[in-house]
Amino acid sequence: MATRIHPLLVAFAALVFFFLVGPLVIIVGAALSDTSFLTFPPQGLTLHWFSNIFEISAFRETMTTSFLLAFLGTSLSLLVGIPAAYALHRHRVTLPTWLSTVFVLPVLIPEIVFGFSLMKSATAAAGLPIFASLLIGHALLVLPYCVRVVSASLAAFDFSVEEAAVSLGSPPLKTFFTVVLPNIRAGAIAAFILAFITSLNDVSVSLFLTGPGISTLPIQLLAHMEQFFDPTIAAVSVLLMAVTVAVMAVVEATLGLSFLTK
Amino acid sequence: MSVTLDLSSVSAHYGTTKVLEELSLSVKAGELVSLLGASGCGKTTTLRLVAGFLSPSGGTIRLGGEDLTRKPAHARNIGIVFQNYALFPHLTVEENVAFGLKQRRVEPAARRERALAMLERVGLAEFADRHPAALSGGQKQRVALARALVIDPPLLMFDEPLSNLDAKLRVDMRVEIRRLQQANNTTALYVTHDQEEAFSISDRVAIMNAGRIMQLDAPEVLYSRPANPFVARFVGFENLVRMRVAERMGETVLAEAEGGGRLHLSQQALGPIPDAFVLAARPEGLTVARQGEGIAARLGLRTYLGRAYQYRCETSAGELIANGPLSQPFEPGETVVLTPSLEQCCVLEG
Repeated sequence: MATRIHPLLVAFAALVFFFLVGPLVIIVGAALSDTSFLTFPPQGLTLHWFSNIFEISAFRETMTTSFLLAFLGTSLSLLVGIPAAYALHRHRVTLPTWLSTVFVLPVLIPEIVFGFSLMKSATAAAGLPIFASLLIGHALLVLPYCVRVVSASLAAFDFSVEEAAVSLGSPPLKTFFTVVLPNIRAGAIAAFILAFITSLNDVSVSLFLTGPGISTLPIQLLAHMEQFFDPTIAAVSVLLMAVTVAVMAVVEATLGLSFLTK
Repeated sequence: MSVTLDLSSVSAHYGTTKVLEELSLSVKAGELVSLLGASGCGKTTTLRLVAGFLSPSGGTIRLGGEDLTRKPAHARNIGIVFQNYALFPHLTVEENVAFGLKQRRVEPAARRERALAMLERVGLAEFADRHPAALSGGQKQRVALARALVIDPPLLMFDEPLSNLDAKLRVDMRVEIRRLQQANNTTALYVTHDQEEAFSISDRVAIMNAGRIMQLDAPEVLYSRPANPFVARFVGFENLVRMRVAERMGETVLAEAEGGGRLHLSQQALGPIPDAFVLAARPEGLTVARQGEGIAARLGLRTYLGRAYQYRCETSAGELIANGPLSQPFEPGETVVLTPSLEQCCVLEG
């Protein structure tokens, strides 16, 4: 069963893979280089730049901020997103169609515009502390992922199951937690992970909302690059990639990645 | 403990659309009443109002004398069997059945015992530890039935419970439903669009149309003595001919059909005949003949039914459907006479 494949197709596919994977390989290589400047292929091999991340206090602090922000922001977003997705599905006959669009606005509007308008409103106008406005910004940024992914789960949920529970004596709120939530659990977990990664890697929104004393890891990466052009940047990038891959691997192992693409 | 269900002047709206109009219905203790009608007739709306999933815009719903109208759905204590089973996908069969008992704070051990006993009754005891996804449609509906029955509700409701099952299973299941309902002597409201199902399972059937009950009677009465043209058509009186009494001769009446044709009708067979009326006849109650007394017709399409031929007939009273014997086929285009056999006919107020 030999299928003939055109050599041009092979070349095209190879190019696509090269451009997809190439930069990542270069970053990993550069992070391992023994030189004090970014270079590829690496000259000599060292893990010094990885340990260097943790020696620079700005990286340590922003890493903590980023993870805390991703965790809290995503949790906050799910707290809003799950009930919103539920309501949009439960009452889709009576609710206007534009309402569901509102919840995906943060991805429809250019992120930089979104970040800027948040700076004007949260930081400048309302005068919120930096961390609070970052938290609000990230929660809003990832809300579309939460609503969308949870919606996909709800689309497969039969609401007469909920009615059955109510008819058997379970009050509506309790029914939500004991019957609806367990059946959209996979969607909620998938949403959490997608949102967590998005928040962790965000630059455009954070750029406007970070301020004196508080920054996120990707922003610190930019700041560092402006002054030093050493392999630490590559090492941080590899670290962010590794976290993303690790999270994905956990999802794959526990739920299967099909939850993300469904 | 059986109770009655009473709906009085219940109305319902979806937005500005009226779906139920002053509907009144009384189901006696231990009785099974079916709501029968095409989709959109209001039968499911009625069930959802009783369940508490919808609120009426007017009227009251009482169960055993207690006013349910403002009571939340979870406090109504009604067992419901849904069309698509609506089992809890994340729970085992036993946990599904025990769900209602858990809400009623029954001890875990007693809960388990009662759930298993109920599963035994529907023949699914060995499936207790499975999840619903591992069951067939018929098994799922039996679990749903067990789940609704185990809470020993004063009222059972069925929302097209058999329409997702195949024909053979439907007949078995409806027998099982009826047997369990009668054994428990539970008052029941049953929604279906299937006439055979409704007639076979019910004590009484309410035929519904456009948010109204057209007739509520025992199946035998509906089948032989429909009260109005809608119900007559619904139960198979496909021929409705408007007639006027021309002459009364004691028990016999000479009547004239709208477009011509005279018939002698016996009030002994048909009951009292008013001056203006509609004669309703099933196709098998209208026989095609070459000559005799009856309605003149020109034969159209002939179809073979196995036990008889059926003809579409053009008459001056409109198209009528009549049967003819297999031994004597008629050809399309022939001019014939349609004679009603009175035991297959009925008289409606015109």
